[in-house]
Amino acid sequence: MGMTYAQKLLAKASGRSVAATGDVLEPKVHLAMSHENGALVINQFLEIFQGTGKDPKVFNPDRIAIIFDHRVPAETSKTATNQKKIRDFVAQQGIRKFHDIRGDTGGICHQILPENGYVRPGMVVVGTDSHTTTHGALGAFAFGIGATEMASVWTLGKILNVEVPGTIQVVVNGKFPQGVYAKDLILHLIGLVTAEGANFKVFEFHGDAIRHMSTSGRLVLCNMSVEAGATSGLVPPDAETQRYLREEAGVAEPVEIFGPDPDAVYDKTITIDVSKLEPQIALPHTVDNVKPIGEVKGKKVQQIVIGSCTNGRLDDLEAAASILKGRRVADGTRLLIFPASWRIYRQALESGVLRDLIAAGAVVCNPGCGPCLGVHQGALGDGEVALATTNRNFKGRMGNPKGEVYLCSPATAAASAITGMITDPRGAK
Amino acid sequence: MSNPQVVLKLGDDVSTDIIYPGRFMATVLPTETPQFAFADSAEFNGRLKAKEIAPGSAIVAGKNFGCGSSREQAVSCLKGYELCIVAKNIARIFLQSAINLGLNIVICPDIEASEGDELEIVEGKVLNKTSKKSFAISPLPQARQAIIDAGGLIPYTRRLLRAQ
Repeated sequence: MGMTYAQKLLAKASGRSVAATGDVLEPKVHLAMSHENGALVINQFLEIFQGTGKDPKVFNPDRIAIIFDHRVPAETSKTATNQKKIRDFVAQQGIRKFHDIRGDTGGICHQILPENGYVRPGMVVVGTDSHTTTHGALGAFAFGIGATEMASVWTLGKILNVEVPGTIQVVVNGKFPQGVYAKDLILHLIGLVTAEGANFKVFEFHGDAIRHMSTSGRLVLCNMSVEAGATSGLVPPDAETQRYLREEAGVAEPVEIFGPDPDAVYDKTITIDVSKLEPQIALPHTVDNVKPIGEVKGKKVQQIVIGSCTNGRLDDLEAAASILKGRRVADGTRLLIFPASWRIYRQALESGVLRDLIAAGAVVCNPGCGPCLGVHQGALGDGEVALATTNRNFKGRMGNPKGEVYLCSPATAAASAITGMITDPRGAK
Repeated sequence: MSNPQVVLKLGDDVSTDIIYPGRFMATVLPTETPQFAFADSAEFNGRLKAKEIAPGSAIVAGKNFGCGSSREQAVSCLKGYELCIVAKNIARIFLQSAINLGLNIVICPDIEASEGDELEIVEGKVLNKTSKKSFAISPLPQARQAIIDAGGLIPYTRRLLRAQ
């Protein structure tokens, strides 16, 4: 019986020739990523070693990455102290894939990992962040875990008791209409599947719309796969994956790729024709509450956020700038921009994209998670409505349970910034 | 076996942002997280902090409990009060972290209960003593039994580390 991409990958990482859905494996971990919650991982890691008489040493410092992004620069002394504790640990353990608060190498973890070539096809990647699914865009089996699980990984170098998940094949055909993007596709898919519909399963993306999609777009699909409950979202690697790693991630050596078996068995197949897709909006307070834009257009918004690990890449900022250039953000609406990394920030700076956004009235913030998790940089007031290119609209998400968050693509966000209400981006240019 | 009282009834898709709002994420230690459990639900948070809720009490939830962020604070804050979660099903990361930290979780796909109901959790089922109905429990993933038996992932990993 043929294997899906996830089955094949997990078999390889576990030193087996075959893996079937439900098999329990202990795959080797190629990359273990944490951010500020590394402070808790350190605490749990040290607790594991207590009483063993062993020196607390991570299994391999080169397989651990730590990126500061959730609250940068620190918003409180408590965060600053957590960050200091992590810096000390990083130095003591010799962890080199460490990205501090810096304008040259810093950024959001789910952009830093791809753009530095840390993630390759066939890897098992775990992260103490639910959006670790992002890295499936490069053909890695990547998933979120809790801090104690990560402490165990740091100790043993493998992840215990992984059940091989069933795979939902998502076949996406057709050409994206103008004004419709990968974000609209994934919102549509989550609406179809529901917020728990892919729980304990993975998405495997296929079809000509995926083959023609840039890695940037694939990262959006895999980033939000977790919003349908999926353990991981996977794009079997191809020539575009190799191009991205070579040209954009500085990977000099050849990258080997493999795909699922032609006779792989899927739990089910979902087929989507994007040529008929409209811009999509996820309404409060669940990501699967998705409607075509026509049903919500005209809704007034006070805050618009473009950026984040979902949609803060260069093409996202370019799509927004092309709509906002020479225009003006509506009075009563504030537009906040969060590039996904400082590399992207600099590219957008040099190309004039940031100049155009700022001239339109946007506030360009430093790369980081910012208001998406509601810690700082852009909380909502009571009763305010936000439209965001981020990935979650849960109650309390932008720092205020009395606020509302709607989710959309960067183009929809930009078109809406001009009018101050949810606006269809088709024909906005 | 236990006899919890239902102290909170919740619907589907209760996210970790509801259980432990993101703005308190700088607090990480399991000894400190309970103060922020359900922080945006002031009344329930107040009852927890005032110790009006007995250890072992149950939260009954719908589908996809604990969806969203991987923040382990959402598990440790409930563990701090020794609450029991009875849910129709539980999101993957939360489920795994609950097992890792030893939070008492019961997956009961058809559970029906209201606040104030007395439950009895016995082998394979939840008995609602108030409504006199019983509901089957779905077993936790077999693969995790060794971690549960060891008392959580820290002792389990420590044992593997010692054996290295």
